Amino acid sequence: MKKKILVIACGAIARELVRVSRLNEWQHIEFQCLPPELHNRPEQIPAAVRAKIKSQAGDFEKTFVAYADCGTGGELDKVLDEFGIERIAGAHCYEFYAGSNNFKALANDEPGSFYLTDFLVRHFDRLVIKGLAMDRLPQLIPVYFGNYQRLVYLAQTGSQELQGLAKQYAEFLQLEYCYKFFGDDPLSECLKPALENQA
Amino acid sequence: MTDEYKDEDIILSELPDNELVEQMHDDLYDGLADEIAEGTQILIDRGWSASRVLKEALVDGMAIIGVDFRDGVLFVPEVLMAANAMKAGMSILKPILSETGIEPVGKMVIGTVKGDIHDIGKNLVGMMMEGAGFEVIDIGINIDADTYIAAAQEHQANILGMSALLTTTMPYMKVVIDTMVERGVRDDYIVLVGGAPLNEEFGESVGADAYCRDAATAVDAAKALMAAAS
Repeated sequence: MKKKILVIACGAIARELVRVSRLNEWQHIEFQCLPPELHNRPEQIPAAVRAKIKSQAGDFEKTFVAYADCGTGGELDKVLDEFGIERIAGAHCYEFYAGSNNFKALANDEPGSFYLTDFLVRHFDRLVIKGLAMDRLPQLIPVYFGNYQRLVYLAQTGSQELQGLAKQYAEFLQLEYCYKFFGDDPLSECLKPALENQA
Repeated sequence: MTDEYKDEDIILSELPDNELVEQMHDDLYDGLADEIAEGTQILIDRGWSASRVLKEALVDGMAIIGVDFRDGVLFVPEVLMAANAMKAGMSILKPILSETGIEPVGKMVIGTVKGDIHDIGKNLVGMMMEGAGFEVIDIGINIDADTYIAAAQEHQANILGMSALLTTTMPYMKVVIDTMVERGVRDDYIVLVGGAPLNEEFGESVGADAYCRDAATAVDAAKALMAAAS
């Protein structure tokens, strides 16, 4: 029987984790998500993860953290080192959604790339527009986005509806639109080494 | 605040100096650029020196904002609005300050590192450094080591400032400092680094003279290191 594993995850990747988990038949895993709003407040991620580990990890044989560094500048790793817990490799979700090499190629091709995922397209209004106060202070839009050249939508599902929305958001931000479909495979490959073969 | 004392009822030109300065601190906090420009002009017209207006009305006001940002009372959008308001005051003061011919406290070349296009933090630091009397040469975004070093040499800077917002781009700061070491120019400059994902430990590990958590810290570090170097 496989070990029971707790995966503490970013709420912004919850849907994808459930899909990947079903596909791989990971019935030994329990996902517990932290609020996706932490995407905009990376400095709060380490403390939130620490609290979750302390309150939950004791009930499981192993814990894994489904975050990358996510803008914590190594602070998340310090917390995880204390407990001997691994996380997804890489800098942020864009990297594990695209795969490291693909992401590096995109960033090198155009440093002024603003990335969206399925989740961020779905919640653009709440997390991007309101999260950056662009609804009440539209004069800040050029301050935030003046140096960006393009909006890159890193798609997980290929949804036509989300593609339409992402295109609209690119127009709204006056950025070139770039669509890249990567599906769930890169995320699945990142998780497999830590979550499989735990018999 | 009662209805009788709403902001629109306050006539800045009728306030005595001390109340006007306090009101300007409030207006900076609220990001009111037009009011800051008006208040700045009133103080100049009353015979205040440009440097006094800068220090007492603008820089001291921004210091309050810096503290509230650090303590999580204010967030980036509010700080940006305040910075925009300060910029409105600075645009009136800058020509007067340059006419007076006062020597700058020091010269800083500042830019965002290669691969990174984020400049909000860099711009705030540049503005606060100018407010503290430094001459700031902003060389922009996506800056490679050659450009940093060439700019520092060309402008005979005392300080080289590097900014990065991304975990993926911040290691480039070490490339710049290592290149400075290779070329034998590292000790010619005070190197300050900053950006959201950085910390003290990172600053030390790349060989910077100081990691600056925010714009106010950058000003303090620059002054202290300039004093120590002289």
